[in-house]
Amino acid sequence: MPGLLDKRLLFVTGKGGVGKSTVAIALGLLAARRGRRTIVAELASQERIQGLFAENAGGEQFRELELAPGLFTISIDPQQAMEEYLRVKAGPLGQALGSSRLFQAFAMATPGMRELLSIGKVWELAQFDRRTRGAAPYDLVIVDAPATGHGVGLLRTPKTFADIARVGPIAHQGRTIADTIADREFTGVVAVATPEEMPVNETLTLADEITGDELALDLVVVNALYPARFEETELAELTAALSRTRSPLARSALRAALSEHARAATQREQRDRLSDHVNGRLTELPYVFTDHLGIPELEVLADALQDALP
Amino acid sequence: MNVAEILDGKRVCVCCGSGGVGKTTTSAAVALGMAARGAKVAVVTIDPANRLANALGLEQLENEPRRVQPSRLATSDLKVDGELWAMMLDPKRTFDELIERIAPDPERAEEIKANRVYRELSTAVSGSQELTAIAKLYELDQEHEFDVLVLDTPPSRNALEFLDAPNRINSFLEGRALKAFMKPTGFGFRTLGRGAMPLLGGLRRITGIDLITDLTVFFGLLGDMTGDFSQRASQVEQLLRADTTAFVLVTSAARESVDEAIWFGQRLETDGLPFAGVIVNRVHHDLLGDREPHELSDALAKTLTPSLAGRVADNFRDYHVLAARDDHNLARLAADLDDQRLLLVPQLDDDIHDVEGLARIHRYLFASEAERQQLIDDLVA
Repeated sequence: MPGLLDKRLLFVTGKGGVGKSTVAIALGLLAARRGRRTIVAELASQERIQGLFAENAGGEQFRELELAPGLFTISIDPQQAMEEYLRVKAGPLGQALGSSRLFQAFAMATPGMRELLSIGKVWELAQFDRRTRGAAPYDLVIVDAPATGHGVGLLRTPKTFADIARVGPIAHQGRTIADTIADREFTGVVAVATPEEMPVNETLTLADEITGDELALDLVVVNALYPARFEETELAELTAALSRTRSPLARSALRAALSEHARAATQREQRDRLSDHVNGRLTELPYVFTDHLGIPELEVLADALQDALP
Repeated sequence: MNVAEILDGKRVCVCCGSGGVGKTTTSAAVALGMAARGAKVAVVTIDPANRLANALGLEQLENEPRRVQPSRLATSDLKVDGELWAMMLDPKRTFDELIERIAPDPERAEEIKANRVYRELSTAVSGSQELTAIAKLYELDQEHEFDVLVLDTPPSRNALEFLDAPNRINSFLEGRALKAFMKPTGFGFRTLGRGAMPLLGGLRRITGIDLITDLTVFFGLLGDMTGDFSQRASQVEQLLRADTTAFVLVTSAARESVDEAIWFGQRLETDGLPFAGVIVNRVHHDLLGDREPHELSDALAKTLTPSLAGRVADNFRDYHVLAARDDHNLARLAADLDDQRLLLVPQLDDDIHDVEGLARIHRYLFASEAERQQLIDDLVA
């Protein structure tokens, strides 16, 4: 089995708000450092990564943009993906269909179609022989996937469509993509959770569900873990200091210390709950106290992932 | 301004926001607060944390609200004069019930429920939760059993999904696009009109024929029901637009959440939906004020060992990075959503997972201006 970053396709998933984009880019930076030409693909036109680095976007949506040397990003729009697919697959007829507003409305409203088109584009990005003429191949595609529930659904979409269509091009395409996703040499899944109850629950559910799909979680990233600054034995000292000091500023600081200690301790309980379940596949990223995560901060997180991904 | 004032004269409160901002907890605290003020309140939630669900006595997915026993509410010092009801929505069952209600006879309902396209549609994570949440809200509103309904919108990464996904499914169910390809034959079923053949021929070549057959069968089964979907959609829309409805935006003070809250707030205003207020969770209030950081080191040095004093100061410094960030983002939020008052809830020690915790959040949400200032002063001093 190749190392995580030596695979060709990685899905990064997790509950909303846990820092999936952050982890996806940090993984991308690490892969790029190791000489892998990498692209981070956002789905469902979230435009979050491109928004984070608005200075690079220059108003060009849904294009492959370079974030850092060897690291690219793209925001995948299902509609755009459909037009591209039709153009390449079906020539003039496809082009006519693609520009038919009726057809577009119909296709976009068909349940699962948006997901299928998005994942189809991801699959295209991961091919050495790109469907898009003249496009350079990538060594690694990292997908910043939708929230967990949607994420598993997304991984299942190609198979579902293959089953529904049974025969014909969609069935064929669906099956090809489904086989690629099921190939653990080719595809990896990374779950991201903050050490809180709900994200941990979702990750545990994901770990179970995904095993049923003959996939597996390759890595679980516990993101934004508060530092443990104080020992349990120091709590009494902090509490005593709080009761004897009159300085309002010192009192605020002591309260903040006690409060953060409580949070850090709860976070560790949640981390352990996750860790017990996904033995050995867990790595941690520290909470970054900053106004805004830019490339320099993300490089630091990439350093932190280094050890977990030899 | 507080939640009681925001919801004065309102029957429906829709809590929206992106994932991970504490929407479920906030919805429950809003509902608890309204119940404390004497109302009979139902909170409809999708996916609460286990511990919170347990605290409210919600053991399984359900289709009807269940009363939270007064004994459970008695664990906090908040006196609850009204009634708190809660339910964890089961999207699949709600969708099935919708079909059963609209179908002309039970046989047709069964056929639809067995149809593969329907099964995909009703279990698709994306969209079906949003659609059924609104459908449930509408139904509860029609029954007039409750004074106030609080809807915790489904957990999606993007708050806009709540507004867009139901429209997407509705326009699919209404079969607007497919209708153009079909003509009535007089038996309640529809066959493909001739004009559609070249286009559908193309569609077949590209997609594989069975998908089209399934869809045709599905819409054949739906038949005249598509009209009922359109009608319901417009009734639901009326409910969302009513002046007895309040959209409350829930966010954290972090940059991405605030960005999304701004987009969503502007969208509510563009769409003419009743946008009533913004609740900002996990705010790091400024604890330093106009004092100098070195004053802190001096004060700590008097009472702690150097090592411990150093770490307390480090912690305080990091906290203040976040306080400065929050301050900046809140200013942006206030500027970009003009006239919207922000209700701030501070960063608390722990995940909220019981009635006592809800009562704690409730204090910030329902405080008068003076009480709120006192709460923040207590925090700072």
